[in-house]
Amino acid sequence: MSVIHMSASDLLRRLQSGELSAVELLQQYLNRVETHDASVHAFLDVAREQSLERAAAIDRRRARGESLGPLAGLPVAVKDVLCTAGWVTTCGSRMLVKFTPPYHATVIQRLLDADAVLIGKTNMDEFAMGGSTENSAFGGTRNPWDLSRTPGGSSGGAAASVAAGMVPLSIGSDTGGSIRQPAAFCGVSGLKPSYGRVSRYGLVAFASSLDQVGPLGRTAEDIALALQVISGHDPRDSTSANRQVPDYRGLLRQPLRNLRVGIVPEHYGAGLDEEIAAAVRDAIDVFRRQGARIQEVSLPHSRFAVATYYIIAPSEASSNLARYDGVHYGYRTEEAAMVAELNEARRELIRSGQTAAAEDLESPLVRMYRRTRAEGFGPEVKRRIMLGTYALSAGYYDAYYLKALKVRRLIRQDFDSAFQQVDLILGPTTPRPAFRLGEMVDEPLSMYLQDLYTVSANLAGICAMSIPCGITRGGLPMGLQLHAPAFQEERLLQAAHAYQQATDWHRRCPDLC
Amino acid sequence: MPLSRGEVDKVALLSRLVLAEDELDRMTAQLQQVVEYVRLLDQLDTTHVEPMAHAADLTNVFADDEVQPSLERERALANAPKRDEECYRVPAVLGE
Repeated sequence: MSVIHMSASDLLRRLQSGELSAVELLQQYLNRVETHDASVHAFLDVAREQSLERAAAIDRRRARGESLGPLAGLPVAVKDVLCTAGWVTTCGSRMLVKFTPPYHATVIQRLLDADAVLIGKTNMDEFAMGGSTENSAFGGTRNPWDLSRTPGGSSGGAAASVAAGMVPLSIGSDTGGSIRQPAAFCGVSGLKPSYGRVSRYGLVAFASSLDQVGPLGRTAEDIALALQVISGHDPRDSTSANRQVPDYRGLLRQPLRNLRVGIVPEHYGAGLDEEIAAAVRDAIDVFRRQGARIQEVSLPHSRFAVATYYIIAPSEASSNLARYDGVHYGYRTEEAAMVAELNEARRELIRSGQTAAAEDLESPLVRMYRRTRAEGFGPEVKRRIMLGTYALSAGYYDAYYLKALKVRRLIRQDFDSAFQQVDLILGPTTPRPAFRLGEMVDEPLSMYLQDLYTVSANLAGICAMSIPCGITRGGLPMGLQLHAPAFQEERLLQAAHAYQQATDWHRRCPDLC
Repeated sequence: MPLSRGEVDKVALLSRLVLAEDELDRMTAQLQQVVEYVRLLDQLDTTHVEPMAHAADLTNVFADDEVQPSLERERALANAPKRDEECYRVPAVLGE
């Protein structure tokens, strides 16, 4: 078996035993990137030299018998939404095309402290807004299972890089499904931690009450390994939870006794692909055969989740993205042209006798903000900013934003009462398998409606995971979504691990391999 | 309650964006669709529901009132599109 098909956990064992050096391992992955990334475009930047140097340094430290971190020598890719000191972080946006962060995100620092080798930064929808990676300012990513299809998004590059065997582990972010949906589309595992489990310090903000960083990999064990490293309290993120991080990897093999699994009738409405419905039912049977008790639970407000999400997330985004003003960092419009344009508009108004309108024209500073943002942001980011600004504006705040916050409470309460009856909720991650590139580019609402199964976990702040549970007749992966109460990640991982012991969907690779 | 082009243009100003004529048409139609869809929430009576702004089980988190090292000026200014020694440089704020 080539290293490309091995799990991160197997690779670490080989690195530890000396069977494999970090440099040899990295070289194999770099070769994969070289061969396949021209067609997949999972990476925005590959740190060939730096990663080779780092791998060599880890090999030397190992040879000297030094104690090494839990990911020592393992290549890891990170979504380009995480700040890396001295290494350009674009967030998939023209706005940040030359932005070099002055500090590391906490997650990056923890990966480095664990002696991981950061191989590159992965492609994403601009500012993590989207579900197809087509909103990247630097060109989309293709699904390794079918290059005419999307890998999902916004962590499309992160999922595709693992699926294509270009890296064993990657880090993404999830605001409304951006780890789980691409994991499902690309046939890999991905976990969105509970809100507060992982520090958001240095994560470029999209919607701060929903954003979480999480891992993507092949197996539940690999996810446990990565989650262990990136989790924990961080004084630099005041929303990070000050609570102990369980030994995820150690707990993985603990059998789940008397497991009560909830299935949700609301998940099986119109719009769910039949093959996915059947694959999810089969997956639930696997749990049943392992002794789980299956029962129905209702999430009556789940049909309001997408509407709630598409008020709250854009509202928070419109506020967060106000920082891109062309002053402190990032792109700024060409000033001379901007001032000339403004003067010309003023002269034109005066010429036609509209002196009041000429007086009302914005100042050069405001025009600079507007031009900078009009040129720096892509269409989806503009839509979300506009939507959020509208929902928060005077006269609409109560009808939209406040209303959505109240429905958010109802969605959370649905989960609270469901988890009184069951330990886990199982269902589909997505209503359809990976769609074709370009299929929904001009239909934002259709695209938003694809998020119906994933946004609830973010609104409620609970943890959720997607694992592969089948392949369609057309050869596309399908994802099973597991939900657990907040800070019960170990339960997700134990259940996913038990499922992966009984099935081999997570070992399937695209032909590209 | 259809959104007018004028209203969308005003939102663009509030958002500190400028939309070209064709962009404004497209944006008006697309926002209209989304705004109509999210009115789905009107079906729910939420009179007695507490709003939920975030999921963290926290109220205020305070740091000790101690001076901590922070980003040095040079590094903070390093990404500035335009600077003037120790300051960010912006276009004229008041009239010429």
